Amino acid sequence: MPTDDITAVDERLRTEPLLARLMKRPELGAIAGLVLVTVFFLLTANDAMFTLSGILNFMAPAAQLGVLAIAAAMLMIGGEFDLSIGSMVAFAGMIFGACVVNLGLPLIVAVPATLAVAALIGAANGLIVLRTGLPSFIVTLAGLFILRGLSLVGLKWLTGGSTQLRGVRDAAADDWLSPLFAGDAFGTLFRALAARGWIETFPNGEPKVPGVPVEVLWFVGLAALATWVLLRTPAGNWIFASGGDRNAAANSGVPVRRVKISLFMVTAGAAALLAVMQVLDAGSTDARRGFQKEFEAIIAAVIGGCLLTGGYGSAIGAFFGSIIFGMVVIGLTYTGFDQDWFQVFLGGMLLLAVIFNNAIRKRVTGER
Amino acid sequence: MSEDSTFHHGGTGSANPIIELRDIEKHFGNVIALAGVSFDVRPGECHCLLGDNGAGKSTFIKTMSGVHKPTRGTIAFEGRPMSFASPRDAMEAGIATVFQDLAMIPLMSVARNFFMGREPTRGWGLTRRFDVEKANSVTMAEMRKMGINLRAPDQAVGTLSGGERQTVAIARAVHFGARVLILDEPTSALGVRQTANVLATIDKVRSQGVGVVFISHNVRHAMAVGDRFTVLNRGKTLGTARRGEITAEELQDLMAGGQEMAQLESTLGGTV
Ligand SMILES: Nc1ncnc2c1ncn2[C@@H]1O[C@H](COP(=O)(O)OP(=O)(O)OP(=O)(O)O)[C@@H](O)[C@H]1O
Ligand SMILES: [Mg+2]
Repeated sequence: MPTDDITAVDERLRTEPLLARLMKRPELGAIAGLVLVTVFFLLTANDAMFTLSGILNFMAPAAQLGVLAIAAAMLMIGGEFDLSIGSMVAFAGMIFGACVVNLGLPLIVAVPATLAVAALIGAANGLIVLRTGLPSFIVTLAGLFILRGLSLVGLKWLTGGSTQLRGVRDAAADDWLSPLFAGDAFGTLFRALAARGWIETFPNGEPKVPGVPVEVLWFVGLAALATWVLLRTPAGNWIFASGGDRNAAANSGVPVRRVKISLFMVTAGAAALLAVMQVLDAGSTDARRGFQKEFEAIIAAVIGGCLLTGGYGSAIGAFFGSIIFGMVVIGLTYTGFDQDWFQVFLGGMLLLAVIFNNAIRKRVTGER
Repeated sequence: MSEDSTFHHGGTGSANPIIELRDIEKHFGNVIALAGVSFDVRPGECHCLLGDNGAGKSTFIKTMSGVHKPTRGTIAFEGRPMSFASPRDAMEAGIATVFQDLAMIPLMSVARNFFMGREPTRGWGLTRRFDVEKANSVTMAEMRKMGINLRAPDQAVGTLSGGERQTVAIARAVHFGARVLILDEPTSALGVRQTANVLATIDKVRSQGVGVVFISHNVRHAMAVGDRFTVLNRGKTLGTARRGEITAEELQDLMAGGQEMAQLESTLGGTV
């Protein structure tokens, strides 16, 4: 047997067809789902859905969910859940609103402060989970209620009775950092394209689409970053290992506690980032923000191929899962269907995804 | 494999121990797993740890590899008192372990498992990344040295056979065990050729000055490579013998608690 030829082909290995190789990628299900949903709406929806403005129309909610879903996917791969991220959006929104409106802080201080508070709460979640050994599911379920309650109470206290804090726009609109978190990017480019008639315009010559919503850029950027971390860094290997088998990972020298606590901090931080974007966009913060987003984020992650048991999944999958989500929510308004089919559709997708993922996992591990 | 194998055994007497554990006790709640065990490993020797199921062997080596903190007792590494806070610490000191449960992640690829916790990197600062190509080629090469031709380094460990999995764990520990190599029943799932390979590997790393701790239920395997033999029973040492001071039968009897074994053996016609 040749011992020096590293590329020696094993005679017991049939060359895997491309499809079979793709079948082993966790995000395959989400891509297949996206194709399916696209075909469905191409057939049933008004043509306007797949124009530039129609696409950005569903990409905006997809991106907002995606910011959460990508972080939730990383946490799930690391073997934990965070059910408090939806409430964290409201809570971080309150902190951010208070910083900007009540304290009059500039964004360069308010945004990092908000992220820091969120990360601290994320770290607390992680510490409790690791210290007690309780499932993160139950610990963060408590967080879901605590943070929502604190947001309600806190906002009423700040505003003297209202669960909404207004005035963020007035306080922050002129901040030089604002375009990073709210509004549209590439406005000049879009106007230039419109001037040449390459994209749709209003009668007055202004483009129908003023630009790409910044949250879409964050969404794409975060998906790329998360994928890089997961697949191409030691930390990524640690995340997969920590979620795959905590003891085995720790015994092999993976700093499991550090990994998990960091992941909780990242997830809470993602929720805070979303809060900043939403609050700046709306100009006010509301204790109802992020309601049930934790479930939607987990669903998007699962559609994206994450196993509920941890150790397997992908950020790209969560990216596509979020787009499916946005497409279905917005797409139904372009069809003749009742909008409330949305929930049925979602539940159905989730069920399919879980069954599909389970089968994939058996293929990958060759479970016998 | 016969008792008097072709392996040249490490001379032990003089060298100072790499790691020395004294009067180690380990309690789990009210379970006393270890009730005062002393043990040491010298460079270039293979110290076998023997004992029945539940004797405390795995618990003991886990205190050596940083998984458990001893309830009582002291550990000295190269003469200095040492307390490993985590397996990572022990690894950094050059102690690598094949755990009885192998510590592998079935969903991850062989190469990713091989380098789990010690990933090779490439690049600088923000571009510092996991060197996947290096991980793959080293894994393939190390596995081939152990007599196993992997189909592909990105194959999930879950798809490997039990013995192949064990071999990955052994190859990994050998690759990283710069000072001490601990093997907890590494040959339990191996075929004849792979077992011989593992024993030969133990001999090889020993000759490079690594101290080997070898746990086995198979007295013949232990006799084939061991320089010293320590028998554990119910959390206590029954004693340590040097190679040549004890026969396989005596060891077997010590391990099993003598009498019952003799009875069993007669009913089975001396086949055990
Ligand atoms: N984490 C733990 N909690 C409670 N008891 C434990 C724990 N780990 C080990 N024990 C107990 O300690 C004793 C020694 O176990 P150990 O695994 O060290 O035995 P062993 O000698 O390795 O046995 P085997 O040959 O079967 O591998 C057993 O009685 C076991 O039940
Ligand atoms: Mg054991």
